[in-house]
Amino acid sequence: MNWPVLSVVTFLPLLGALLIMLMVRGNGPLAKGTARWISMWTTLVTFAVSLVMVYRFDATSAEFQFSEKYDWLGVSSYHMGVDGISLPFVILTTALMPICILASWTSIQKRVKEYMIAFLVLETLMIGTFSALDLVLFYLFFEGGLIPMFLIIGIWGGQRRVYASFKFFLYTLAGSVLMLLAIMAMYWQAGTTDIPTLLRYNFPAGMQTWCWLAFFASFAVKMPMWPVHTWLPDAHVEAPTAGSVVLAAILLKMGGYGFLRFSLPMFPLASLDFTPLVYTMSVVAIIYTSLVALMQEDVKKLIAYSSVAHMGFVTMGIFAANQQGVAGAVFQMISHGIVSGALFLCVGVVYDRMHTREIKFYGGVVTRMPIFAAIFMVFTMANVGLPGTSGFVGEFLTLIGTFKANIPVASLATLGVILSAAYALWLYRKMVYGTLKPALEGIKDIGLREAVIFTPLVILTILFGVAPKPVLDMSAASVTQLLDGYNKAIATKTAATTSNPVSVAR
Amino acid sequence: MNSLNDINVLLPVLPEIVLAVGAMALLMIGVFAGDGAARFVNWLCILLLVGVGACVFMLPAGRLVLFEGSFVVDDFARFLKLLMLTGSAGTLILSLDYLTSEKLQKAEFGVLVLLATLGMMILISASDLIALYLGLELMSLPLYVIAASNRDNARSTEAGLKYFVLGALSSGMLLYGASLIYGFTGTVNFTGIAKATQGGASIGLIFGLVFLFAGFCFKVSAVPFHMWTPDVYEGAPTPVTAFFAAAPKVAGIAIFVRATIVAFPGITHSWQQIVVFVAIASMVLGAFAAIGQKNIKRLMAYSSIGHMGFALVGLAAGTAEGVQGVLVYMSIYVVMTLATFACILAMRRDGIAVEQISDLSGLARSKPAMAFFFAMLLFSLAGIPPLAGFFAKFYVFLAAIEAGLYVLAVIGVLASVVGAYYYLLIIKIMYFDEPAKPFDSMPFLLRVVLGAGGILTIVFFAYPAPLLVAATAAAKSLF
Repeated sequence: MNWPVLSVVTFLPLLGALLIMLMVRGNGPLAKGTARWISMWTTLVTFAVSLVMVYRFDATSAEFQFSEKYDWLGVSSYHMGVDGISLPFVILTTALMPICILASWTSIQKRVKEYMIAFLVLETLMIGTFSALDLVLFYLFFEGGLIPMFLIIGIWGGQRRVYASFKFFLYTLAGSVLMLLAIMAMYWQAGTTDIPTLLRYNFPAGMQTWCWLAFFASFAVKMPMWPVHTWLPDAHVEAPTAGSVVLAAILLKMGGYGFLRFSLPMFPLASLDFTPLVYTMSVVAIIYTSLVALMQEDVKKLIAYSSVAHMGFVTMGIFAANQQGVAGAVFQMISHGIVSGALFLCVGVVYDRMHTREIKFYGGVVTRMPIFAAIFMVFTMANVGLPGTSGFVGEFLTLIGTFKANIPVASLATLGVILSAAYALWLYRKMVYGTLKPALEGIKDIGLREAVIFTPLVILTILFGVAPKPVLDMSAASVTQLLDGYNKAIATKTAATTSNPVSVAR
Repeated sequence: MNSLNDINVLLPVLPEIVLAVGAMALLMIGVFAGDGAARFVNWLCILLLVGVGACVFMLPAGRLVLFEGSFVVDDFARFLKLLMLTGSAGTLILSLDYLTSEKLQKAEFGVLVLLATLGMMILISASDLIALYLGLELMSLPLYVIAASNRDNARSTEAGLKYFVLGALSSGMLLYGASLIYGFTGTVNFTGIAKATQGGASIGLIFGLVFLFAGFCFKVSAVPFHMWTPDVYEGAPTPVTAFFAAAPKVAGIAIFVRATIVAFPGITHSWQQIVVFVAIASMVLGAFAAIGQKNIKRLMAYSSIGHMGFALVGLAAGTAEGVQGVLVYMSIYVVMTLATFACILAMRRDGIAVEQISDLSGLARSKPAMAFFFAMLLFSLAGIPPLAGFFAKFYVFLAAIEAGLYVLAVIGVLASVVGAYYYLLIIKIMYFDEPAKPFDSMPFLLRVVLGAGGILTIVFFAYPAPLLVAATAAAKSLF
């Protein structure tokens, strides 16, 4: 009963990576197969164990659960735990990893062993990021993820992989180092880097501003928000399919998770002050990157820009700072994780067959790949935000939340919904309908392996679209607590400023 | 009875005595046995260093003072002596196979390293300006010689000569500074100077301080006294470069920290701005100048300039936390440096050493284990978590933030991002590029050093407590 389930989930993939590193020798077909199967089983077992957490999770409590705490650095301790905000992301990670492994089954043929090791190490670091309850530990996992991702893009990527991997690494690192300094400043101010303690600590207003900006630098790059999003299209285009999936589905969510875990609850006053900035950047992201997406010739680039636009809804919802906005942002992130991941997998399907991502190369694939066309349709619709798919719920909730907070911003953001329909449907029409291009005569529909990949994603997209309650319930208590703390801090501040003139007058 | 007491009094300096006597004895053995026994003598040198390390370890606890306060053994000295001895012994292990294959195997090499190590031992324990100078010169003279130890090679002799001329100049400056300090305080003892400068410093003393710092900066190759570093690193035989990068840096930083913290606590604001400037300049220059390098040894030179800048960030804070950060930094730096040089020494093709970064291309295919460890070391040197190099930077910047040196910290972390670029370039060449002709098989001893250093670097995060506890205790002993 008392086994450390969270640490097991976090470090199982690392164990699998070690196993591959030590057991698998050479580069023959046998070695490749062993590496694939070991990582498949590792990720599946990890997923199974993470489901134990779902089963045991008490959704009525806003406290951190499955907590573990040991001495570590002196300055900070090894403290892990999840609440309703982080658990969905942990599950998203563990659920998508077997799919990523399966998606790389045949498309990755060179250096399979290293590829699988990189993915398993990355899984550990991603789970750790979401479940770390200590700032230094969080930073460790957060930044550590750069190493495997850098190698994944750089070794198994496309033509301009070197440029993309460097851009990815240096952009993210530059954003994050300032956060590290803010973490240190918080340590000297509050005397600890323990997140639950810091969540209850009131930082002075001036310090909040600087720390908020430092954290923002990191999360805005990771998210990514306009105008620091330019690394994302490059990274997406060059990364192998599974790399794009992980990038879009999980790594981007670290930014949103960071806003929810740190910026909003720890620096509420600064968050309020900077809300107009975030709104502006979000709206520009939603409209501008949607327009940019319309102009793309590369499928992956189009989906990458649409990711930036969708993340704009998330940041907008988070900083609307009300129940609908924040819950919608969490839901939107989970939904986007499934949908954009699936879209990249769809691109991977055709890319594996034709080895090009140019939109104009494709056309009329519905005649040769009817099942694929149907699946692609589901995810395109979810990307547009059609009611009945998970994409709708997130977009709708964030928009409601923003309407409550700021009507002009929400109105402008609604334009993005229309634009997203424009580029997504345009892409779908270009690729799937029309006359079949001669080069595509021999293209085959999806096989069993690909069907296995897509089935759970289709089910989840529609299930969460019809019945979003499980995710919303899981996070509700934590979101409420977050907002209570936020509103209390704002109220105290307002009370202080309004009572001051009175005392002067007296 | 009386003489026995006298010997007991000398107990704190026992490791130095053992080292000095041992070095002489090994010199005799080397001379009489001839160059044929050179490898054997060098092995004995390593053993002697281990023995000296054991002596340091077994000294009685607490603060031991000798020779009227000019020689101090405290936790700070113990920590750094053990670290420096590790650096010396590590480089000797690295050098064995190289010297044999380059036909440079001479018994004098090991003995000179021992004598330099002796100088560093004295330097680390020095607690007045005379002992400081004594240790510094005893350290430097053998270093000049071994830099030129490949005496038929023009680059090596050039490196030795350059190092000698510039080193002599810096020693002169240091001596001038020391005499100014003596003149304005009336004492050479660090604690005496601290008493004399309690209320502030005269302009003459500040002059002396600046000259003293110039000498220190030269020894740790911090900007603006770094110019010798790239040429000497490139020209000297590779194991000598490894030695320069490891042990003398530890000793240099040790005396820099001890002199600054112990002798000038009353005028912190005066020296702090110098150290802040030197740290910023070193970090920035190290990061930017390394980008264009083609030769891996030159690159390591700029890398070590940058690393000294980061280590000095801890000193700039001027607190116990800062000194702890410096100690953690130097420990991790020595381990990473030794392991990195094990990789550089393994860069041999058909029996000929190659030094271009492009020679590493595709190493991940031809030598996956070596490439993996090398890549991890480079990520660690860049300061990416969860590798050891991250914790090194973490503690110095933690201290800088506590001391309110925000500008220094921001410039420092941004310089580390720039620095990450050139480390990534090497990783790119090893992992992304097509394989070149594979290197010769890696000698066993290099494998040992690389494996040990690499594994320590990777798993440091799992159990950092021993190093942190030791560094905290060592830092406290200065305050």
